[in-house]
Amino acid sequence: MGNVPTTVKHCLSYEQLIQDYPWLRRWLLLEEKTITGHAYPKFVKIVEVGPRDGLQNEKEIVPTGVKIQLIDMLSGAGLPVIEATSFVSSKWVPQMADHSDVLRGIQRAPHVQYPVLTPNLQGFQDAVAAGATEVAVFGSASETFSKKNINCSIDESMLRFEEVINAARERQIPVRGYVSCALGCPHEGHIEPSKVAEVAKRLYEMGCYEISLGDTIGVGTPGSMFKMLQSVMKEVPTSALAVHCHDTYGQALPNILTALQEVWGGFVTNLLLAGLTMTTVFFCLCPGNVQASQSVTLFYQHPETSMGVCVVDSAVAGLGGCPYAQGSSGNVSTEDVLYMLHGMDIETGVNIAKVIEAGDFICSALCRETNSKVARAKGRTL
Amino acid sequence: MAAVLRLVNRGTLSSAMGQQYLTFSSAPKVQAVGVRAGQALPERVKIVEVGPRDGLQNEKTIVPTETKIHLIDMLSASGLPVIEATSFVSPKWVPQMADQVEVMKGISRIPGVSYPVLTPNLKGFQAAVKAGASEVAIFGAASELFSKKNINCSVDESLQRFNDVMKAAKEAGVPVRGYVSCVVGCPYEGKVAPEKVAYVAKRLYSMGCYEISLGDTIGVGTPGSMIEMLEAVSKEVPISALAVHCHDTYGQALANILVALQMGIGVVDSSVAGLGGCPYAQGASGNVATEDVVYMLHGLGIQTGVDLSKLMDAGAFICRTLNRKSNSKVAQAVCKL
Repeated sequence: MGNVPTTVKHCLSYEQLIQDYPWLRRWLLLEEKTITGHAYPKFVKIVEVGPRDGLQNEKEIVPTGVKIQLIDMLSGAGLPVIEATSFVSSKWVPQMADHSDVLRGIQRAPHVQYPVLTPNLQGFQDAVAAGATEVAVFGSASETFSKKNINCSIDESMLRFEEVINAARERQIPVRGYVSCALGCPHEGHIEPSKVAEVAKRLYEMGCYEISLGDTIGVGTPGSMFKMLQSVMKEVPTSALAVHCHDTYGQALPNILTALQEVWGGFVTNLLLAGLTMTTVFFCLCPGNVQASQSVTLFYQHPETSMGVCVVDSAVAGLGGCPYAQGSSGNVSTEDVLYMLHGMDIETGVNIAKVIEAGDFICSALCRETNSKVARAKGRTL
Repeated sequence: MAAVLRLVNRGTLSSAMGQQYLTFSSAPKVQAVGVRAGQALPERVKIVEVGPRDGLQNEKTIVPTETKIHLIDMLSASGLPVIEATSFVSPKWVPQMADQVEVMKGISRIPGVSYPVLTPNLKGFQAAVKAGASEVAIFGAASELFSKKNINCSVDESLQRFNDVMKAAKEAGVPVRGYVSCVVGCPYEGKVAPEKVAYVAKRLYSMGCYEISLGDTIGVGTPGSMIEMLEAVSKEVPISALAVHCHDTYGQALANILVALQMGIGVVDSSVAGLGGCPYAQGASGNVATEDVVYMLHGLGIQTGVDLSKLMDAGAFICRTLNRKSNSKVAQAVCKL
């Protein structure tokens, strides 16, 4: 690397750093949770989407009281984020017509977020009037899906979201961004990972604090999940990513596992980032070089080798079918996700027994069997 | 549009829409994505289809012999390399498998495909060979209590019994596959020590089994416990001789299979349509569905030699006959487009 200062050499080449300080490798390995060469996050944030994404699919209107009780039970289970409702026009989504009543009726637990969907400025204003403190916007990686789902192109939807995000910024309300059809579209079929990355980047740069990448029709496999995340992580930091996997083809848990996995090299690189960012930022700290420091941040993620997403969306009892495969399952069950994570000693702060109770409650109310295999098995074990 | 398609597709699986979704899985352009810091996924995975035996064994109603034969023939046509055909246990214990000889004699054997059968003891082995079996399997347990309740003897006693089968098989030149059940958890003992699993696996391997299939009998395993167990076993038995037999009772099977593949395991047991429930959690699912496994493997660029459409045809056939919904999510999704 010629005359580049040693510190910068170490910033730019992990291999160079380890070569110069071999003890670092062993020291850093002690800090990791590894299972056969893969590191996993110590903590995963679960974003519970059952009350909104789940119930939205129900044909029968669910009484407001039932929705409120469901959300309260989920709050009691320790879930850190519960998507409460959606401020879409009741003409399009009659199930969510009681959005203001739900938001006003729930008992908000401290340290729990209750984001609501706001597709446009009108919806945002209604949400704020009803007491929303976090909102979400829904983009798509597929033009056809965007047109059929929200009646406009991706670019047009971004303009709408920009209005929402700007209004939210003025009120210091965080905005979460969703990208649907991240692994496939019911109309277009295969979706290029670069397209997903492009939409994710736009939402992130507009100001969304987190981007949830949704496999809307559940066709993804660990193979396509890996390729898509590789692409997106070149544009958006891993710490700002979430996965929203549908279980329509039974692939949700292995897809989530793939998203969580880091190769230890990637993890170490991220750890080094924490210590060396100061040097790098200082180096790049000239007017107009903010982009450079952002690029360095993304470079450290070694997108070729590390995933390490630590936010997972799921729905209690696997609520919410697939409108593109009638009768098939949709959202992955929160209970099944928790079972896997806890079995890997990954903390979530969630009490799985209480989630199962909440799932039992909503399934009785809907007169339906749970989609969660864990709930089904626990209910019937000898 | 979707409603019209469903009408047209009723009873068939070859809809254009259904095929479109299967291409997400076949993905020939997807490179095997398992190259992570030097750990490659296998390029090829051998699927051991256990539906006709492990799957149907759980059925209360006796399945007609012809149905069993037709199912096995359809599975053979789908490209599966190993199909566990039947079991030479006493019909007194497993009435479903009473037609073991007729099934063995009735199936159309495809060259290059193995049709192993279960043989719990020497008598069963002899009956199996007489009926034309060219590969057999024996079943051990990593849990003492499970062994006593399931086959009425201790683990060591069962291994002693198998010695007789192994000797006879060696003389007859018949390969033997070994199963270890309760490798992660036992319905009676709870958690099972990985060292115990390793001990039983090693004994079976040393006795001469060419492959050891590690079964999560009650499906309680997660990637965490799975890896812990596989690490212990792989110290005693080469990875190339190991297979995983995951149950999907808690929805963990595919995730468990994925971590096993990442450890280098290249043989996976599964059951068409997810046949075979869990006798320890009534109404819960048991075997992982072959369709779902194949969908995942193909999506990873891993070859199996299996034609997913033909496999789904076999699954649809047996579900229609049993008057039951498939436990395979792939089958459910594709059927309903």
